[in-house]
Amino acid sequence: MTKEYKTITEVSGPLIFLEKTEPVGYGELVNINLPDGTTKRGQVLDTSADTVVVQVFEGTGGLNSESGVVFTGETIKLSVSKDMLGRILSGAGEPLDGGPRIVPDDRIDVNGASMNPYSRLPPVDFIQTGISTIDGTNTLVRGQKLPIFSGAGLPHNEIALQIARQAKVLGSDEPFAVVFAAMGITNEEAQYFMQDFEKTGALERAVVFLNLADDPAVERLITPRMALTAAEYLAYEHDMHVLVIMTDITNYCEALRQMGAAREEVPGRRGYPGYMYTDLASLYERAGVIKGKKGSVTQFSILTMPGDDITHPIPDLSGYITEGQIVVSRELHRKGIYPPINVLPSLSRLMNSGIGKGKTREDHKAVSDQMYAMYAEGRDMRGLVAIVGKDALSERDQKILEFADLFEDRFVRQGRNENRHIVDDTLRIAWEILSELPMAQLTRIDNKFIDAYHPANKAKSE
Amino acid sequence: MEVKGEIYRVAGPVVTITGIKPKMYDVVKVGHEGLMGEVIRIKGDKATVQVYEDTSGIKPGEPVVNTGMSLSVELGPGLLESIYDGIQRPLKVLQEQMGDFIQRGVTANGLDRDKKWDFKPIVSGGDSVKGGEVIGVVQETMNIEHKIMVPPNVSGTVNEIKSGKFTVDETICVLSDGTELQMMQKWSVRKPRPVAKKLMPSKPLITGQRILDGLFPVAKGGTAAIPGPFGSGKTVTQQQLAKWSDTDIVVYIGCGERGNEMADVLNEFPELEDPKTGRPLMERTVLIANTSNMPVAAREASVYTGITIAEYYRDMGYDVALMADSTSRWAESMREISSRLEEMPGEEGYPAYLSARLSEFYERAGAVHSLAGFDGSITVIGAVSPPGGDFSEPVTQSTLRIVKVFWALDAKLSQRRHFPSINWLSSYSLYTNGLADWFTENVAPDWISLRDNAMDLLQQESELQEIVQLVGSDALPEDQQLTLEIARMIREYFLQQNAFHPVDTFCPFDKQYKLLKAISKYGEMANAALEAGVPMGDIISVESKDDLAKVKYEEDFESALNVVLTKMDAEFAKLGGK
Repeated sequence: MTKEYKTITEVSGPLIFLEKTEPVGYGELVNINLPDGTTKRGQVLDTSADTVVVQVFEGTGGLNSESGVVFTGETIKLSVSKDMLGRILSGAGEPLDGGPRIVPDDRIDVNGASMNPYSRLPPVDFIQTGISTIDGTNTLVRGQKLPIFSGAGLPHNEIALQIARQAKVLGSDEPFAVVFAAMGITNEEAQYFMQDFEKTGALERAVVFLNLADDPAVERLITPRMALTAAEYLAYEHDMHVLVIMTDITNYCEALRQMGAAREEVPGRRGYPGYMYTDLASLYERAGVIKGKKGSVTQFSILTMPGDDITHPIPDLSGYITEGQIVVSRELHRKGIYPPINVLPSLSRLMNSGIGKGKTREDHKAVSDQMYAMYAEGRDMRGLVAIVGKDALSERDQKILEFADLFEDRFVRQGRNENRHIVDDTLRIAWEILSELPMAQLTRIDNKFIDAYHPANKAKSE
Repeated sequence: MEVKGEIYRVAGPVVTITGIKPKMYDVVKVGHEGLMGEVIRIKGDKATVQVYEDTSGIKPGEPVVNTGMSLSVELGPGLLESIYDGIQRPLKVLQEQMGDFIQRGVTANGLDRDKKWDFKPIVSGGDSVKGGEVIGVVQETMNIEHKIMVPPNVSGTVNEIKSGKFTVDETICVLSDGTELQMMQKWSVRKPRPVAKKLMPSKPLITGQRILDGLFPVAKGGTAAIPGPFGSGKTVTQQQLAKWSDTDIVVYIGCGERGNEMADVLNEFPELEDPKTGRPLMERTVLIANTSNMPVAAREASVYTGITIAEYYRDMGYDVALMADSTSRWAESMREISSRLEEMPGEEGYPAYLSARLSEFYERAGAVHSLAGFDGSITVIGAVSPPGGDFSEPVTQSTLRIVKVFWALDAKLSQRRHFPSINWLSSYSLYTNGLADWFTENVAPDWISLRDNAMDLLQQESELQEIVQLVGSDALPEDQQLTLEIARMIREYFLQQNAFHPVDTFCPFDKQYKLLKAISKYGEMANAALEAGVPMGDIISVESKDDLAKVKYEEDFESALNVVLTKMDAEFAKLGGK
């Protein structure tokens, strides 16, 4: 028999304080019955023999000291089943699409245990997204966590959708699912995603969790955990390859800060809690591949950098945890280039294990490094030209300057529905633009690759 | 003796207990599941415990048991080739016990209790032994002879000594006062193991990485820090050091970092060969993996667990290299626990004792003369992850006050794929002078001057670049243009090194010397030709110069280099001049 306590002594922001309870477990799920008959849910944050602190998910509006509090004796769990595919759920896991409640096959703790590093398999399967700046220079592999660092007003949603549409492992038709977790995005943005999912038929193999901008901020803290729990279930129990799209991590961190402030914690950098790294890690680290399991969890989250500042705590801490980042650039966007991905600050840490002979092509890494080096130098030249004029450059430098333009125009720029093949399109274009440079400048590429793939040599041999 | 108390309060990893009187840093078992924790504060009749596992569902009133022991590691044969979490639980055993995800409340011995080791005594009955003295040996791996030592705080006369196959907890020696010794000994992680004497580091740690060995060497027994923003190559550099350093033992601590990285190391190390012995790298390695999503209190402990294991092998007379990736995550775990204790914060919320803890840790490095009479060393290389890549933050600054070598990673370099992206202007090594004699004797008499010359050119380049930014390179006089060109060669041909290229990933010192010497030779000939009136364009466009860019990738480096050098002689002879 569960007791109902009416011993609330203090309500402060999203927190309530209770006295004189039986021993209550840390992290336990709590139901709060309001005088008007509605029920809210919360979680125990601090428990001692005298006082219990509960964080209320749906906000404390309407709560008073007459409200009854019931401790459920268990931590937050998500009901999971394969029937979740095609469903739209709230940020707390309740159906929003008018359908029935999920008939659970299992109920799983949303906090998820940490994966034993010994059980992990290093991610190596190349995922082709059809976007050259990702496939060619910042390759995504199965089991990776690779966020998009973007800014307000940039087309990160289009890029994410294009990836969700096009991503596949070449020569494989294994079961594939998308788990979409919206945290604090607007209704309009959510509809944009839903329409695209419906149009492309992706919704059938998707599970959607929606916590919108006007939903309680506290709920945002469990939305991604719900989504990842669903993803892990589909991946490890049903052998599916799951792509998790979480948007927007910035809203999640804002909610984290809001909660920290409500608990009167000592704030860290810019008011964000000192444990934000660990907290974010508990989300990001839930990507991976397990030895002996067929499925995998790949994460592709969206993060808008406040003020386009990559050193802001949110992108900064994320960058230290994730396996790279795709940086969307305002400068390229203004030039009218889609996708406006700036490859220089972008990075995929797992690229080297996903490319090369037998996966993409043996010259892939060398070609990518060479383009990086030349594009970086070319961009420096632009700054120089602005001061001294083009004529003051040496012939070599002028070539490199031209390369930077070619790179943006031919390699970076592509259509919103253009699905480029890694070898036939992306690497071909790469060699075409590299061949505009003098052969002696290709210092990053082994001679045997130049012999085999340089258009000039190919023309000769054909 | 075990005394029982109960839980008073639970707030995340911090649990307050009452009813028992533990000592500071005693290990206690918390709750019905017996979660491991460590006492970190005592106030009145209550004590605060940091718990190494997730505390969800734990209630006030649950029992608490004091083990009366401080947090210790088990030392003995079987450490090598292991992968542990932050409190020395073998991850392989945890996987066997509870599957792919780490559940809580599981205990696992650091050393395998069933495996038998072949113990060969080297003392006999009647010998007197002191603390730290070797009483026998075990062949732990092909190349590592594990010396079984008397624990540092024990001494006496040998009454009985056995020989043959034993497990780590079987008695192999009895002293006259009745003390029984096993191959395994326990040592408290927060207490440095004693040594006879600390020595000045005098030999370099050869890493096979040109910019490290060549420009900023670290000594065996020295300390180094690698700070850098994310994506600048900290982890790759640490892994390169773990792979190629000429050391006997490697202790690699993945402290609050990525799970996939540890999986990568686990996958790769058994396949790779130790350049010194030709055996799999894993045979000389101990891995400690407390990834970012594993409990934060165990992360705090992982660094101590690692260095205690390192000290144990050092005491046997081995050179040990310890990599801690990343010390910032360790500092953050201190901050997190400190803030839950509601301690007065210092800079950026870090506890005021941050700097003291960091120095205590780095001070456990060093070249020593051990109690057993051997010379051993621990080299500590700590990665630092400064927020926003800003080196003025407290962890970087506190670290720099202690360490002697600073390898500054630079995001600008990594963005243009200049790897290793260590900035040659802001990095430094305080060991260069102390090691100069070693280099002169063991590399080449002119090595020091070659290196100084290269550093000088790089410095000149950065000054000239400022002018180029304003007026363009064509406006510079020809000799300065040549300086720029030679500096570019040093950067691209010598400093850049591809960790993923089968040949270039490891560069022996002899090759480093010859490569730098070849660049310097071009520099001399080019300067001479310029003085003799050869046009600048001709000097820069000699083919052998471009060929030199790729010799580092050749399997047969020697002959490839000779071909290029011969060609270079011929080309310059043709250019003529005077």
